[in-house]
Amino acid sequence: MVTRYRVCGLSFNYEGKKVLDNIDFELKEGELLGILGPNGCGKSTLVKNMNRYLSPHDGLILLDEASLEDYRRKDIAKIVSVVPQTNEIRFAFTVRDIVSMGRMPFTNQFGSETSDDEEIIENAMRKAGVKQFENRLINTMSGGERQKVIIARALAQTPRIILMDEPTLHLDVSAQFEILDLIQNLSKTEGLTVVIVSHDLSMVARYCDRIAMIHEHRIMCCGTPEEVLTPENMLTVFNVDAELGMDQKIGKRTVYLHGVSHPSAEK
Amino acid sequence: MRKNAKVTTVCVIATSILIAAILLDLHMAYTPLSLSQTIDGILGRGDYVSNVVVRKINGPRIVMGCFVGAGLALSGAVMQAIFRNPMASPYILGMSSGASFGAALALLFPLAFLPELFSVPACSFIFCFITVFIVYSISKTQGRTQTETLILAGIAVGSMFSAFVSFLTYISGEKMAGIVFWMMGDIGQYEWNNVIIVAPLVLIGCLLMLTRANDLNAMMLGDIHANDLGVNVAQVRKEMLFATALVTAACVSFVGVIGFVGLVIPHIMRILMGPDNRYLLPASIIGGAAFIVLCDYISRSIIPGDILPIGILTSIIGAPYFIYLLIRRKKEMGW
Repeated sequence: MVTRYRVCGLSFNYEGKKVLDNIDFELKEGELLGILGPNGCGKSTLVKNMNRYLSPHDGLILLDEASLEDYRRKDIAKIVSVVPQTNEIRFAFTVRDIVSMGRMPFTNQFGSETSDDEEIIENAMRKAGVKQFENRLINTMSGGERQKVIIARALAQTPRIILMDEPTLHLDVSAQFEILDLIQNLSKTEGLTVVIVSHDLSMVARYCDRIAMIHEHRIMCCGTPEEVLTPENMLTVFNVDAELGMDQKIGKRTVYLHGVSHPSAEK
Repeated sequence: MRKNAKVTTVCVIATSILIAAILLDLHMAYTPLSLSQTIDGILGRGDYVSNVVVRKINGPRIVMGCFVGAGLALSGAVMQAIFRNPMASPYILGMSSGASFGAALALLFPLAFLPELFSVPACSFIFCFITVFIVYSISKTQGRTQTETLILAGIAVGSMFSAFVSFLTYISGEKMAGIVFWMMGDIGQYEWNNVIIVAPLVLIGCLLMLTRANDLNAMMLGDIHANDLGVNVAQVRKEMLFATALVTAACVSFVGVIGFVGLVIPHIMRILMGPDNRYLLPASIIGGAAFIVLCDYISRSIIPGDILPIGILTSIIGAPYFIYLLIRRKKEMGW
């Protein structure tokens, strides 16, 4: 079944200030969409609107032709799952406890799991690579490991769309690649649609099929990395002198950052 | 499963302690009863003295203690979950100060047509709810309640009511002792007809909390996680604040401010069996009840012929054990 997800003319204000202005885009089944923009441009707010943590002040989001506002929260949770920016958890839950919570939208109030649920939980842990430490306590794990546990929890929701808010923000370099390789792999093998919100130009260029660039609270351009990551666009949005290139060794896109824009480049 | 074994062990031990404490506390009197007298008293076939001691004096006191201990411990566990804060207790929103103010007011200005045994709890209950209402209204900015604002508003409103209580105590003259004793907590001044007022309020509140155990688990990960898992965070938080206010107000207004149970029993249970609320909440109920009845027994037996206020005992006994657990637990246990 094809899931249709459209954001139509979405606007959101925070304390009277416009944070998102008339945002329009559609997700394509199985793609990795990167949403790029500098800090404070409204990226996280967009993610929060996309699973109805916040409700837009104007416009709407259509999920399978119905407005997100008309869904029960649990029904959204069965289709869309989120890997939030902060994953600091101070309670001593085991990895398995946390991944099991991914079944909450499907189980009763007491959370009794059927054997199907258990199989899904096992699979989610295996796919995210956390099965080997299922009994470890989440508050003793490193940022990268925690992120994988949260991804496993998101997978246990058996979603069709995963929203990731700055998935690599607090991770060291190797963990960043690990997480994104994992996500890309899942997207390709499971047909998952993934939205990655980030300000990391190289990461988004390397992994995403399509990019939407947010500038001054609006989507400035949307398209393939080649179409979007032009030197002019990166200069306008991030104020950097940069160009999209190809890493010859691995044959993947990367962004060469030459530095802050030079006055001569502003012509 | 290791987790289930741990849960079962903790619950069995807590239940045994509760039963032992109840039996011990039941036999307490100026001249303590023997075991056979106590059992005869329970069954109603003892002599006059043991029947009266067990059924009229100790019975209501122990049942009251069970409800208060269970209610406060459960409310504390829920508060710690919705605030994701280890310092949260049932009193975090200033309820204890509000309740004390209400009680002090009723003690100082008795109404001719109302007996004190009724007017004090009633007035205290009302002010408890007034406090929660004020705190909740302050924190409700832009339709979203921020947990930090709630806690700060609770501290502010609480200290305001504390100051009022101090003022009332200062001007109270010979009634000072009454106010001070009320604030130390006492579960022994009531009869069955008072217990049946507290019981349904505590039961309703507790049931509300127990049915949300799974949602509370999700909220312990964070609001965004909980929302993502289909939990209506604002709604659950409002519901839980109401339930804890109901239970806390019912308990405190009758027995005074009994500290420490609500803060520490949930922590102890969490250290012993983990944070999963589906097991933690029922365990806190048993643990809280056992703790209060045990403290009551000790408060009545430690000084022969005298009864220490239970509010003193709960901290004197609870704090060292809690400190011991804090030192002994491994860093990885979190809270």
